[in-house]
Amino acid sequence: MIEVKNISKSFGGTQVLNDVSATFEKGKVNFIIGRSGSGKSVLTKCTVGLLEPDLGHVFFDGRDFTTMNRNERKEIRKEIGMLFQGGALFDSMTVAENIKFPLKMFSDMDEDSMSARVQDCLSRVELEGQGEKFPGELSGGMQKRVGIARAISMNPKYLFCDEPNSGLDPQTAIVIDNLIADITNEYGMTTVVVSHDMNSVIEASDTIHFIHNGEIAFKGNNAEMMVSDSPTLNDFIYASKLMQKLRDTSSYKKG
Amino acid sequence: MATVLHKPEKGKVFRRQLVKEMSIIGVESVGIVALLSVFMGAVMCLQTAHQIGGWIPVYTIGFTVRQTMILEFSPTLIPVILAGKIGSNIASQLGTMRVTEQIDALEIMGVNSAGFLVLPKFVAGFICIPVLVIMSMVLGVSSGAVIALISGVSSMADFEYGLQVDFVSYDVVYALIKTTVFALIMTSVSAYHGYYTSGGAIEVAKSSTKAVVYSVVIIMLTNLVLTKLLLT
Repeated sequence: MIEVKNISKSFGGTQVLNDVSATFEKGKVNFIIGRSGSGKSVLTKCTVGLLEPDLGHVFFDGRDFTTMNRNERKEIRKEIGMLFQGGALFDSMTVAENIKFPLKMFSDMDEDSMSARVQDCLSRVELEGQGEKFPGELSGGMQKRVGIARAISMNPKYLFCDEPNSGLDPQTAIVIDNLIADITNEYGMTTVVVSHDMNSVIEASDTIHFIHNGEIAFKGNNAEMMVSDSPTLNDFIYASKLMQKLRDTSSYKKG
Repeated sequence: MATVLHKPEKGKVFRRQLVKEMSIIGVESVGIVALLSVFMGAVMCLQTAHQIGGWIPVYTIGFTVRQTMILEFSPTLIPVILAGKIGSNIASQLGTMRVTEQIDALEIMGVNSAGFLVLPKFVAGFICIPVLVIMSMVLGVSSGAVIALISGVSSMADFEYGLQVDFVSYDVVYALIKTTVFALIMTSVSAYHGYYTSGGAIEVAKSSTKAVVYSVVIIMLTNLVLTKLLLT
C-alpha cells in the first residue's frame, strides 16, 4: 500500500499540488485522473521521488520515503517498477538487454538465470522472439509492452504507469490496460496509473482519484465516479459525445 | 559532482561502460586527430621555411615545428577540436536521455544515473585524451619532417638537429598537465549541460551548443592561467 499524506508542491510561485492525500491499495489498479496540467504527473513524480515535495510525506507500506537518504531510497526503488509515457527504453540496448538491465545492476543472478527471467518477462507480455530487436524497430504498443516487461523484471511490489495508452490505437490500448490489470492481480502489486483516457479508467480501474487544480476532488470507484455530483468531475468524464451517450443510455443514468 | 564520483554500483557494468566510452571518446577520435596533426605539422614546416632566410639557421624549422606542436597545437587546439566532437556527443546523448525519460528510468530503478552515465565518460576522457595528444605531437612532428624532406626546405640532419636543440622535457609534462585538465573540463562541462537539459529537441540542440561553447571558453581561460602558473 502507498500512502500520500498532505503533499504540496509549487514551481516558481505556482502551486501545482495543494495538500494532497491519497491511499493506493495493494493488489488494485489505482487510477489518478485529471485534465492536462492538473498535477497528476507531479503527484506521481513526488510519490516516486523524481521530484521532492515542498510539504508532506509518502509512505511505502508504512516506510516514510520522504525522510530517507539516497541509499535508503535505493532499497525502496528496487521494489518499484515504472512504465513511462514514452517507454523510456534505453535505445542503445536491445529489448532483452533493456529487461536484463535491472537484474544486472541489482541481482546476484548468473547469466543463465537472467536470460531465463528475460524470456519469462517477454512471454508474459507476449513478445517472445523479439529480444534481439532494438526499441526503435518496435511499434509503440510493443515498446509499451517491453516497458512493462522491464518494470516487472525485478518482481516489484509497486508499479507506476504514466499515461500507458498515450499514442496507442484503441485495440492496443485495451491490450495494455488488460495486461496492467492482469499483472497487478498476478503479482499482488500496488499499481498506480496516471491517465486521462476514460476508456482505460472504465476498463481497468479499481480505485480512482480525480485531481482538479492541484487538489483531490474525488476518490472512489468506477460506479461511484459515474454517478458523482461533482460538476468538475462530470465535465471531465463526460467531455466526449461517446461518454455522454453512455451516461444517457446506461444504468448510470440518474433519476 | 559528488554524485558522479560515487563508487559504481556494479564494477563489471562500470568496466563495460568504460570500454564503450573509451571507444567513443578515444578510438573514434583517432582519425580526426591524426588528420589535423599531420596537416598542421606539414603546414607549420612550410610556413616556417617561408619566413626564415638569411641569417636564421635552417634547423629553426624543426625547432619551430616541435615547439608549436608540443606547447600549443596538440595540448590546446586538439582538446578544443575534441570539445566540438566529443562535447556535443556527450551533451546530446545525455540531453536526449533526459528528455525521453531514460535518466528518470535509471533513477526509478535505484541507479545513480549521474554516476552510471557520467563517470565512465569522465574516466575515458582522462585516459584517452592525453593519449590522443601524444599521438598528435608525434604525427605533427613526423609529418613536418616528411614534408621538409619532400619539399627540400630542410635536410633531415638539420630538421633532426632542430628537434633536439634546447629541448626541455618539462615542456611535455606541461603539455600533458594542460591536456588532462582540458579533458576534465570538456567532459564535465558537456555532461553537465546534457544531464540538466529540460524540454525537447530544441533544448537538446541548445545544450549541445552550450556544451561546446562553454567548454572552449573555459579551456581557453584555463590555458592562460595554467601557462602563467606552469611556465613563468
